[in-house]
Amino acid sequence: MISVQQDDFDVGDQYRRLCEQAGEAGAVVFFVGRVRGGEGTVRALELEHYPGMCERQLQGFVDEARRRWDCRAVRLVHRVGRLAAGEQIVFVAVATRHRAEAFQAAHFLIDQLKTRAPFWKKEHGPDGARWLDAGADDVRAAGRWYHDAVAL
Amino acid sequence: MIRIRFFARLREALDCDLLDITVPSPLPVAALRRHLIHEYPHWAAHLDGRLLSAVNQELANGQTPVRDGDEVAFFPPVTGG
Repeated sequence: MISVQQDDFDVGDQYRRLCEQAGEAGAVVFFVGRVRGGEGTVRALELEHYPGMCERQLQGFVDEARRRWDCRAVRLVHRVGRLAAGEQIVFVAVATRHRAEAFQAAHFLIDQLKTRAPFWKKEHGPDGARWLDAGADDVRAAGRWYHDAVAL
Repeated sequence: MIRIRFFARLREALDCDLLDITVPSPLPVAALRRHLIHEYPHWAAHLDGRLLSAVNQELANGQTPVRDGDEVAFFPPVTGG
């Protein structure tokens, strides 16, 4: 299940729904990304996205994770719009038979999402607004899942 | 006709989110980018930098062919998650 939405999500509700799909899978790993607060400053993020392509890319990541690992259930939720510090941005959850696969698949999904899904963050701080730059560490993290990194 | 979309920092810099153009095709994404710079010289500084591209909502590269009726997008490196 993938979703790109403005509304917040409830982790407990997401977990219950994942478990309903997961049958008797023995392991669940989930990750929540939140808006980091600036030090002593009011900070908010504005999330822009490419509607349509985002959903296609996220579904592609889920399909690839299912090819690599025995995923019994996968959920990806990503919010867009304006989000204040501390708000939830992204939810990635995977259920598998054993824990190692669940950790790997969840890690793969968030790494791909951060570097290949068309979302952009604009930061609103005390000195105005600015677009955030992509992190080189994120690109390296995503590339290590592929032996032949794709040049974009 | 080819539909071109711009996002985020690039959209703001060009003050344009959508552009429909007619150009002989197929042509590679890199040639389309050069065509835009030729047609809109004041965009050159923004279109010269490191950008990602997509053709019909799939990530593309400079060699990816673009055909009549396609949707092409140019955007800065992504920062979601």
